[in-house]
Parts: sequence; structure tokens; C-alpha cells
Amino acid sequence: MTLTRRYRFAASHRLHADALSEEENRILYGKCNNPYGHGHDYVLEVTVEGVPDSSGQIADRASLDEMVRGQVLSRLDHMNLNQDVREFRTLVPTTENLASLIEKMLLEHWNLPARLARLRISETERNAFELEIAR
Amino acid sequence: MRITRKAEFSASHVCANAAWSAEENRKVYGLSANPNGHGHNYVLEVTVEGDPDPVTGMVFDLRELKEILNQEVVEPMDHRFLNREVPPFDHVVPTAENIAAEIWRRLEERIRREHHGVHLANVRLYETADLYVDVGAES
Repeated sequence: MTLTRRYRFAASHRLHADALSEEENRILYGKCNNPYGHGHDYVLEVTVEGVPDSSGQIADRASLDEMVRGQVLSRLDHMNLNQDVREFRTLVPTTENLASLIEKMLLEHWNLPARLARLRISETERNAFELEIAR
Repeated sequence: MRITRKAEFSASHVCANAAWSAEENRKVYGLSANPNGHGHNYVLEVTVEGDPDPVTGMVFDLRELKEILNQEVVEPMDHRFLNREVPPFDHVVPTAENIAAEIWRRLEERIRREHHGVHLANVRLYETADLYVDVGAES
């Protein structure tokens, strides 16, 4: 059984790969390469897997919220990903890379009995990125 | 091939374990332990899996699926106080997990009994837009 909780955060970013030329970056990333960046209202779904305990819950909602707020939202919400998040100083803040970073942020401090099973991030309502977490 | 049908029901519940003190329940369930209950608009997505019938081109007649959902879930649970009116929630805490598991049991048995070559693949229950539970065969 899995339980999924949805969170939101707003952040800005600019997609620019240092290994590519200015021209190549413009062609590859289009508007996402505009020099001053732009923002999104990201929606993050965190899925945990397990068996309900004596409370009838796979995961205590307050503990899950505290984990996600403490490890992820406090570091990403209302931030400029390129400038304010250390890991993105050398890594392009695509949503793919963002999903992997959130996985790392959560797994480093994960102390819930339920297993972190999946992350799903929507950058806009028209796209979504899913990451299954290895057992 | 999998097909999914959606249904909705509104119900009230209290999350509290009768074996625990009011204080313990408050600590575990927070506001959901308020003794007189509160409500949600539950959204249910039921997914069945099978091969389309070569004659009808359908995996499952959606009108029949709708009728099963109505009989097993919507009629018994809609506009009810789950703890007081819908067994087993008189003694099982109606968390989203336990409600989803109960819906799985009701539907899985009936579909297995009445519909050959098709099986229940997933039950997803939204308690709010921001919290949902999935139950599949492996759970």
C-alpha cells in the first residue's frame, strides 16, 4: 500500500549548461535559457510504501510533513535554484536534476518506518517527472 | 489493458483508537481526532485490468462498474458518519489507508466472483486533493 502527499513550492531557475556555447544553450533550452531566469509553481508528490501500523496509518502525516518541509521545502521554496541552492551552482536545474536532488535530500535524513517509494514533480500543469526510488 | 472509473462520496469520520487515551489520540491524529467528527469529499479511482472482449471491444462495461461502485461504496458510505454507520469502522479506525483497504476488499471479491478474465488492479482513494492512498494486489 502506498500513501502520497502533495506539496507545493515556488522557485526560479535558468537552464544553462556551462559545457555548451551561448548559441547552443539558446537552441537547446529556448526561453528557459533567458539570462535572468524565470519561475514555476512546482508541485511535488511524495509517495511512501508500507503497511498500516496500529494507528491505521502507513506514515504519520505530521512526521512526513516535517521531513519534507525540513529537508526540501525550506531549501527550495521561494528560492533561485541556480543561486540559492548549492548543488545547482554546478548542475543545470532541470526538473530531472531537481527530482534526483530531492531524492538525495530526503534519503539522507529519512527516519520514517515507511519506505520512500516515488517522487513526482510537475513544473507546470502540462508536464510531470517521476522517479521510482530503488529498494 | 487497464481502465479507471471515478466515483465520489462525502462522509464524516473520527480518527481515534478506542484503546488509547484522548491525549494519545490527539498526539497521533491531530485535528482528525476531534471527537464529534469532521468530513471529507472522498474521490475514488478504481482501476480494472483485462483484455478487451473481441466482440464488444470492452474490458469491462463501465455502466456495470459504476453500478458495482454505487452498491459497494457510494450507497453505503455517501453522507454517512463512517464510525457510527458503516462497519467495520465501528471498530477499525477510518484512516484513508483503512478505508481504501476496505474498498479494495469489497470490490475485489465481487469482481472476482462475477467477472471472469478481469481483475481489480488498483484502488486510489483521495481524502483531499493533497493526500491519497493506493491499494494494489501486492498490498
